[in-house]
Amino acid sequence: MDALVQNFFNVAIMRAAAPLLLKGLLMTVILCLVVAPAGVLAGMGVALMSTVRRRWVTWPLIVYVDFFRAFPPLVLLIFIFFGLPFVGIDLPAFAAVVLAFTLNASSYYGEIFRAGIESVTSGQTEAARSTGLTRVQTLAYVIIPQAVRNVLPDLIGNTLEVVKLTSLASVVALPELLYAARSAQSVTYNPSPIVLAAAMYFVLLWPGVRLLSRLEHRMIASR
Amino acid sequence: MTDLDRFVFSFLNVEVMRRYLPSIAEGFVLTVELALAVIVTGLALGLTLAVVRSLQIRPVNWLIILGVDMLRAVPPLVIIVLFYFALPHVGVRMSGFTATWASLSLVLAAFSEEIFWAGILAVHKGQWEAARSTGLTFGQSLTFVVLPQAVRLTIPPLTNRAIAITKGTALASVVGVPEILSAAITGQSFAANPSPLTLGAIAYLILFIPFVVAGRFIETRFAWKR
Repeated sequence: MDALVQNFFNVAIMRAAAPLLLKGLLMTVILCLVVAPAGVLAGMGVALMSTVRRRWVTWPLIVYVDFFRAFPPLVLLIFIFFGLPFVGIDLPAFAAVVLAFTLNASSYYGEIFRAGIESVTSGQTEAARSTGLTRVQTLAYVIIPQAVRNVLPDLIGNTLEVVKLTSLASVVALPELLYAARSAQSVTYNPSPIVLAAAMYFVLLWPGVRLLSRLEHRMIASR
Repeated sequence: MTDLDRFVFSFLNVEVMRRYLPSIAEGFVLTVELALAVIVTGLALGLTLAVVRSLQIRPVNWLIILGVDMLRAVPPLVIIVLFYFALPHVGVRMSGFTATWASLSLVLAAFSEEIFWAGILAVHKGQWEAARSTGLTFGQSLTFVVLPQAVRLTIPPLTNRAIAITKGTALASVVGVPEILSAAITGQSFAANPSPLTLGAIAYLILFIPFVVAGRFIETRFAWKR
C-alpha cells in the first residue's frame, strides 16, 4: 500500500511536476482549439458537398471519408511526420499533428453532419424553397440548425475523441500533456506525473462525458 | 530525378518494399490477433457490466458508472502508458502486447457497456412485464426476451465503436509490440526510405476498409429508428 502511494500518488513529485504538466495541458488545449474547429469546418464542407446529388461528387467524398476512417490516426501522423520529409515536405511537429488530426476528424464530422442533414425530411427543404428562400438560405436557416440538433450527441462525442486524440502528439515529441508527463516521469523515475496527467484528462473531459451520457439517454427515452 | 521519380523512389520503392514485406506481414498477423483479442474481451466485459447494471444494485451501479466515465475520459494511450511504464514500479510487469490488450479491452468494455445499457433501457417496459408474467425468471427474461432485442438495437453504434478502438492497436507500437506500424517504422529507419510506411498504410487499409464499408452497410440496415 505504501509503495502504491509512493509511486502513484506521490504529492511531493506531483507538486514538482505540476508546472511542466500545466504547460503541457496548455499545449493540449491549443491543439484542441485548432483541430476541433478545423475538423468541424472541413466536415461540414464534406457533408454539404455530398448534398449535391452528382455521382462524380459523392463517390470521391465517400472514398475520402472511408479512407480516413479506416486509417489509424497514429499511422497517418507517422506518415506525415516521418514520411513526407523524404520528398522535401518537412513539417514541424505541430503542423504535422494539426494536419493529420484534422484530416481524421473531418471524415468523422463529415459522416455525422451528413447523417444529420439526411435526418431532416425533404418537406422542410420544399417548404423553405417555396417561401422564396434561396438554396443557400434554406441550408443555413432551415436544414443545418435542425441537422445539428439531431446529431448533437454524436458531435459532442466526436469532439471528446478529438481531445483524447491529441495525446498521440506525444509520439512525435510535441510537448503536450502526455509528453510532459512522460518527461517528468523519466526525470523523477516515479510514475506519479502520469497519474496526475490522467487525472487532468479526466477533470477536463468528465463534464463532457456526463453531458453526453445524459443526452444519449434522453434521445433513447424520447423514442 | 524529376519530382515524380523522387516520389516513386521514396514511397513506392518496390525493391525496399519486397525486403520489408515479411516483417510487415508478421506485424499484420500480430495486429489481427491483438484486434480480435480486444474485441472479444471488450465486448464480453461490456455486456457483463451492462447485465450487472440491470440488476439495479445502487452501490454497484455507482462503481460501474464511475469506472466507465473514467475510461471514457482518459485517452487510451495514457492508459497503455500507465499499464506499461507505471505498473512495474509496484511490481506488476507485463508485455507490451498484454498492456495494449488490457487497456483497449477496458476502454471498449466501458463504451460498449454504455451502448448495451442504452439498448436494454430502450426495450419497452411491457416486454419485461410480459416476460415475467408468463413465469420466466429475471435471468430468463433478460436472456431470451430483452437482450436479443437490445443487442439488435446496439449493432450500428457498437460496430463503429469497435472499429474506432481496434484502430488503437497501432498504439501498441509505442510500447514496443512489433505490429504493423512498428514493423513499418523499423523498416523505414533501416532502409532510410519511407516505402515500408506505405506498405504499412496499405496493410491497415486492407484490414479496416472492409469493416468501414460493412459498418456503412450495417448502419443503414439496422438503423436506430427515430
